Amino acid sequence: MVLSSIGKIFSKKSAPSNSADDVNTIDLATQRQLIWRRFKRHRLGFSASIIVLLFYVAVIFADFLSTAPPVDYAAARGYMPPQPIKFFENGHFMSTCEVTGERNMETFLMEFTENCEDTQGVSFFGKGYEYKLWGIIPTNRHILGMKDETKDPNAWIHLFGTDKQGRDVYSRTMHATRVSLTIGLVGVALSIVFGIFVGAISGYYGGLVDSILQRVIEIIRSVPTIPLYMGLSSAFPEDWTINQIYFMITIIISLFAWTDLARVIRGRFLAMKDEDFVTAARLNGAKTMRIVFVHMLPSFYSHIIAQASLSLPLMIVTETSLSFLGLGLRPPAVSYGVLLKDAQNVQSVANMPWLFIPAIAVILVILALNFMGDGIRDAADPYQEV
Amino acid sequence: MLNFLIRRTVFMFIALWAVTLISFFIINLPEGDYVTAYIAQLQATGSMVDAEEADNLRKFYGLDRPLYIQYFKWMNQIFLDQNLGFSFEYNMPVTEVISERLLLTIVLAIACVIFIWVIAIPFGIISAVKQYSVWDYLFTFLGFVGLAIPDFMIALIAMYLFFVWFDFSPGGLFSPEYVGVPWSWGRVKDLIDHIWIPMVVLGTAGTASLMRITRANLLDELSKPYVITARAKGLSEWRLIMKYPVRLALNPAISLTAYILPYLISGSIIVGVVLSLPTVGPMLVKALVAQDMFLAGGIILLIGFMTVVGTFISDLLLLWVDPRIRLESGGS
Repeated sequence: MVLSSIGKIFSKKSAPSNSADDVNTIDLATQRQLIWRRFKRHRLGFSASIIVLLFYVAVIFADFLSTAPPVDYAAARGYMPPQPIKFFENGHFMSTCEVTGERNMETFLMEFTENCEDTQGVSFFGKGYEYKLWGIIPTNRHILGMKDETKDPNAWIHLFGTDKQGRDVYSRTMHATRVSLTIGLVGVALSIVFGIFVGAISGYYGGLVDSILQRVIEIIRSVPTIPLYMGLSSAFPEDWTINQIYFMITIIISLFAWTDLARVIRGRFLAMKDEDFVTAARLNGAKTMRIVFVHMLPSFYSHIIAQASLSLPLMIVTETSLSFLGLGLRPPAVSYGVLLKDAQNVQSVANMPWLFIPAIAVILVILALNFMGDGIRDAADPYQEV
Repeated sequence: MLNFLIRRTVFMFIALWAVTLISFFIINLPEGDYVTAYIAQLQATGSMVDAEEADNLRKFYGLDRPLYIQYFKWMNQIFLDQNLGFSFEYNMPVTEVISERLLLTIVLAIACVIFIWVIAIPFGIISAVKQYSVWDYLFTFLGFVGLAIPDFMIALIAMYLFFVWFDFSPGGLFSPEYVGVPWSWGRVKDLIDHIWIPMVVLGTAGTASLMRITRANLLDELSKPYVITARAKGLSEWRLIMKYPVRLALNPAISLTAYILPYLISGSIIVGVVLSLPTVGPMLVKALVAQDMFLAGGIILLIGFMTVVGTFISDLLLLWVDPRIRLESGGS
């Protein structure tokens, strides 16, 4: 206890402190408050973080936001165009026209006719298909539900249209968001652990250990990663479940992605290991692990967070690319890459442009994550270059 | 200079060795070995192989030996006979299957690097010299977007737009009449006609980052006293910028080329699949899906080699351009 309080006193003293008479809010603000203030001023980064937040709301409530089970298929509803919600018609606040499809026997394409005479009422928080919220709470409430509960709950509204097998693109996008964005998060978490471990060893010990680890990192960075990921993920046994593949992919992605983080952390350790508070802790007999994790690491959490938020979009892109090539998650799993595979055929996208909606979601979330990461980095360390 | 040269050369060989290890690891990753795959292929065509014959085959290929011996045999084959093994999918030696595709991959990568340089450096200079102008904002915004959107998404969007606007799908690197024929001037011209779409698609991210780096470095240089001195002495603004600050700002641009090369190669694989280019990318995907491991391992080995050697070349280029590294005496 005594040791840690001494360490804390020293670590506080290492921050610039002004004399007592010109103390104002800036001087009293904690590191966290300062970063938050700077981040709020970074307008692009701040608005991007709101978009990111919305995407993660979709991750948490993917089932609740969906209108149909993501794997529910029906050939008769294949390639249905998006159905808009109509407001204030036939005495409903929100309603949607009934759409029936019929196959044109000359062109063999489905032709859909809208029947707007008899609109179906749509209500907020209505009932839909049964699911378990977060895998625990059984419910059938969704953000949009049907007023008439006697109709088929799976085949009523397709906000983004349907794909070839008649699966609801909107609900699939919601579930893909959940899968792809959590893969990114888990991957980042793993590479933080990896990066801190290697970076700490490299920066704290220095010397030969440092140069060996740095050369290893350079080698990893000089090899193109996508072919390696492909090689590794193509070796998954056929009988693996979706969950096993999911976890192996996160591990594979973070296996090579930790190098950026390790570099940043090493740099901070090198810069800090001769600081007074570290020497003080060492002289007080603190063990290496304690110095690293209790005294040094907390002083650059902000850098770790900044770097991690920049590697998050990279991970999402990697997973998307792998699944897109058919070497990552495979159907029936739903991820951005799996959905984009449907948009690979130009002819079909030109005729069915709604298949491209998941791509817009991917671009949006990746741009937002990048802008947010940039904002966090600028806020966490205003002196860093480019 | 010698010190730098030796260090980079040793590093290159270690990296090459690491690439061979990784490729060998990937070849041996799937369950079963070469003979299992071979037998499966024979059975698919109707002929049967008994257990004894399989054992003989294993002995013949040395598959009953420990892995490290297999590794040495494999390395021996590659470096002494230029033999990367046999591809089941194509029923041909791997080297024959990939030679032209590898060449086209290298051509595409070089074209991309040139494209990145030609576009990024002038635009970066304009951005820096005319800081906070419309051009600066435009280039910065385009750079951000180009950096953030993954290559294959750009490829998909490009395909879509070309299809919708011009009613043609930009796939491949050759017109139909030039696919699979020997090289001729007509074929080279045809390649130049087709290569620009994948070149632009692949080069976007690299262009964006090089542009940002050039801009930032040039801004640093432009505020230095020697620029003011030169201006005070009446040197024309254009000559002044091109002669000193740009030259200094170019060095990081070259070292960045080494850094983006692995990304370029990675990207070329996926873009190759989307745009169905005759590069090694689509072939690697096919080989991995079909578990044609010698082909896949060979491709991974060769593109790894390519990247490492490319990085080495750009290091040499840096040595040539930057006198500070050339004249540096020892030290790290």
